[in-house]
Amino acid sequence: MKQYIIKRLLMLIPVLLGASILAFSLIHLAPGDPARTIAGEHASAQTIERIQIKYGLDKPLITQYWIWLKQALQGDFGRSIVSNEYVSKEILSRFPNTLELTLFSMFIAITVGVLAGIVSASRQYSLLDYGFMGVALFGVSMPVFWLGIMLMMVFGVFLRWLPISGRIDIMIPFTRITGLYLLDSIITGNWAAFISSLRHLILPSLALGTIPMATIARVTRSSMLEVLKQDFIRTERAKGLPERLVIYKHAVRNALIPVVTVIGLNFGLLLSGAILTETVFSWPGVGRYVVNAVQMRDYPAVQGCVLFFAFIFVVVNLITDIIYIYIDPRIKYQ
Amino acid sequence: MDKESVGSELLRRFKYNKSAVFGLIIMLFMIFCAIAANFIAPNDPYPSPPLLANKLKPGFWSDEGAPGMPLGSDGLGRCVLSRIIYGTRVSLTAGFVAVAIAMILGITFGVLSGYFGGWIDAVIMRIVDIMFAFPALLLAIVIVAVVGQGLEKAMIAIGIVYSPQMARIIRSSVLYIKEMEYIEVQKAIGSSHWRIIFRHILPNSIAPVVVYGTLMLATAILDCAALGFLGLGAQPPTPEWGAMLADSYSFIVSGAWWAATFPGIAILLSVLGLNLLGDGLRDVLDPRLKQ
Repeated sequence: MKQYIIKRLLMLIPVLLGASILAFSLIHLAPGDPARTIAGEHASAQTIERIQIKYGLDKPLITQYWIWLKQALQGDFGRSIVSNEYVSKEILSRFPNTLELTLFSMFIAITVGVLAGIVSASRQYSLLDYGFMGVALFGVSMPVFWLGIMLMMVFGVFLRWLPISGRIDIMIPFTRITGLYLLDSIITGNWAAFISSLRHLILPSLALGTIPMATIARVTRSSMLEVLKQDFIRTERAKGLPERLVIYKHAVRNALIPVVTVIGLNFGLLLSGAILTETVFSWPGVGRYVVNAVQMRDYPAVQGCVLFFAFIFVVVNLITDIIYIYIDPRIKYQ
Repeated sequence: MDKESVGSELLRRFKYNKSAVFGLIIMLFMIFCAIAANFIAPNDPYPSPPLLANKLKPGFWSDEGAPGMPLGSDGLGRCVLSRIIYGTRVSLTAGFVAVAIAMILGITFGVLSGYFGGWIDAVIMRIVDIMFAFPALLLAIVIVAVVGQGLEKAMIAIGIVYSPQMARIIRSSVLYIKEMEYIEVQKAIGSSHWRIIFRHILPNSIAPVVVYGTLMLATAILDCAALGFLGLGAQPPTPEWGAMLADSYSFIVSGAWWAATFPGIAILLSVLGLNLLGDGLRDVLDPRLKQ
């Protein structure tokens, strides 16, 4: 077990090195002189010279990569061409917004998805089952940006129940501690801020959570059906255990193992989805930041985001695999 | 069993799969729209000069609708239905090209990796691992950042991004087939690697390629539309579904919901159709792949 985790951690190194090479080569693959690309179109000759020295752009490519990597490892991706702020600072200040959005979507997706899956499986071929699975089928084919627009239109524009963009009502005083608005407003006991940020969070999270919700519901259902066919379930039914206990106490525990993998796999989709959802709802997260950076050809920012996303993504995959061994001791890893 | 009976057996199994047939019907309808767009679209998708007088007119459900525009008009007075119909051409082409690129790259590297093994396999699979360290859409965005924006570049980017997935599928299929006795026989009678790969291994890996190719086409269309929506794919005035959404979703605040609603339904339907078709093909062609 320990050995497996260590092995997996070591395997992260080549992957992250590869990701860093990819991020590094962005500047060199992009058309034009790298120094000018980093400095931006309107940079002065002095700035360009300063950058050439800082990144050693007159030295061999390997040396340049080494210089860049050393700086990147210290969290220095250079300054954004657009805002002239440090890229790392910009990413870190936006990350809590993306984190809160993805966590809340996952929360919705898991609760609704697992429940719908269990109900569907325990009443296989009922109207409810067909209903849930029909919705789930549409859910997996849904373009997340379009769903976001539709939710915005129905609940924001026509019904006027919820706000359609932004993070919190700007009129409400808010103290930033962690950057996670719900958490911060609980810590400071600011209920007005809590309710306002929750209201802003609902539509984007619903949009982002729907696809994983649908996948989770489908996997839960098929995994539940599999478990319900097994001998120990028949034994429990035979000894007269109430159906409710059979399903919720014994079957669900065993059925959720594949669901954990799916949740992990969906995290990547969620990051991709966050890029789109943040654009639709003007959510000030890392996803929208990377899109803007690409549009503005802000290469240092793109490089920073690439490494940042790759890091988050592989770490989440690692965590999923580790959780997987804990909950299913039948699996043996070499 | 001769070839014909295998074919009719597969066809019989496919016909019993209602959702797969439904998926096929949706796809055939899309392909028909793409081919016959010039004849069935009621209006010109890019009128010039733009008919601003017809701007954001509702469709058939309203009395104030623009004449001859059943699904209303967009922010530049263009017929939404006609643009959606022409959009099938753009989206299907983009999807097919992207999947073709993914297949060419994926099959080449997958076969090299699975057949020759050793250091070739190790190198290719490490590269695949690295590409898997990125969410697909992000990687596509990064490639667009290098090669520039536009529909053609978006297709290439998506094709590259999907190739590792294809490479892994092909590799595992090749690894399985490589151990079969008839391949042993081919080696024993001195067939060249070339001949073994093209005559014996590839034809036997066709089932997963078709199944995953279809499912991949669904996500390729979705991701192309996503890039279009972000302004990194198809550029205006191309009638691409994602770009159409990006152009018109700001109008929903003023109540013009149609221009941002119907292109999304087109995306949803084509992705749904391909997913159903892909799942059906999987059940028919390769029962082993069934979960």
